[in-house]
Amino acid sequence: MTKAVGLLIALFALWLALSGYFKPFLLTLGILSCLFTVFIAARMKLLDEEAVPLQLRLSLLLYWGWLGREVFKSAVAVSKVILARQMPISQQLIAIPCTQKTEMGHVIFANSITLTPGTVTVEAGGGRFLVHALTEGFAAPEGFAEMDKRVTAVEVR
Amino acid sequence: MDMSTIDLLRDIASGIAFAAGAVFLLIGTFGLIRLPDVWSRLHAAGIVDTVGAELMLVGMMIQAGFTQATVKLLLISLFLFITSPTATHAVANAAFIAGIRPVRLRRNEAAEVIGETAKKAAKS
Amino acid sequence: MPMFLAAAAAIFVAILLVLIRLFAGPTLYDRVLAVNTFGTLTVLLLSILGFITGRPDFLDIAMLYALINFVSTIAILKFFRYRALGRASANGEDR
Repeated sequence: MTKAVGLLIALFALWLALSGYFKPFLLTLGILSCLFTVFIAARMKLLDEEAVPLQLRLSLLLYWGWLGREVFKSAVAVSKVILARQMPISQQLIAIPCTQKTEMGHVIFANSITLTPGTVTVEAGGGRFLVHALTEGFAAPEGFAEMDKRVTAVEVR
Repeated sequence: MDMSTIDLLRDIASGIAFAAGAVFLLIGTFGLIRLPDVWSRLHAAGIVDTVGAELMLVGMMIQAGFTQATVKLLLISLFLFITSPTATHAVANAAFIAGIRPVRLRRNEAAEVIGETAKKAAKS
Repeated sequence: MPMFLAAAAAIFVAILLVLIRLFAGPTLYDRVLAVNTFGTLTVLLLSILGFITGRPDFLDIAMLYALINFVSTIAILKFFRYRALGRASANGEDR
């Protein structure tokens, strides 16, 4: 029930942000459509932990800020590789251990690795990620350990 | 500070964001052409999808100010932030399953992660 | 206004560069990657167009395009792996 109400509030907030209408008639229509969507979601048994965007907490936003800086730094590094006269690429497929407990934690870590230019998560299995790195520098285990630690700190338990 | 100063500062800030975004977009798409195989091109596409696109959107947000347009731009950048790594991962994973391997591969620890699947892919 | 036109021009050049990769290939995955990047650039171009023409409605189209672009990339990859769009591998065994 709390999940249904949470989803309803989130959906209606999205409706308000996208429409920008505040007339009573249109607001009623918006609430009705949100209620119908929640009803369908409940019928499809979609109301689990991931249905309600409660993962959006302050620690996650701070993590996104840190991630943004990392993304920018590695984007500059990849740009240097692209623009170098002799492109110094030495491609690697490396196994990266991950210490997250929940599925959501794994998703956040794998997506963070992919989001940083220079590294892409290819496959997951056995508590490890298979990561493709563009050069030796992007494959350094220290960077991954740092990111792994931060993701484990922000994941929902 | 009067209005024209604020407008000037806003134009300068968004101009910097647009210029930086455009540089990253062009470098990324240039890399898409120049890099040797699909695995290395994933990273060039990553530059376009993350830094280039987000900087452009930030430039537009600065121009829009506190309006509904900024909310929509924030939502667009959130969607790109979540969907672009997922799409990149999907391409990488599909190429991996199809048995395409990077050229001049220096280190390969694929067997440690998937074991049987990797051996099967290596055989075929 | 000239700033938006310059940004639109940069995005246009980037789109042309992506088109070269799209036609050159050589593998299917290069092309899918190029289509995905093309979609991202189209989203940016649509948003910029909204500012140039002074119609914020373009932002809604850009938002929809961002979502559809993601779904279409996944759909193409899924089609070429399973040769079908229906029946997902629900049990995960018929890979």
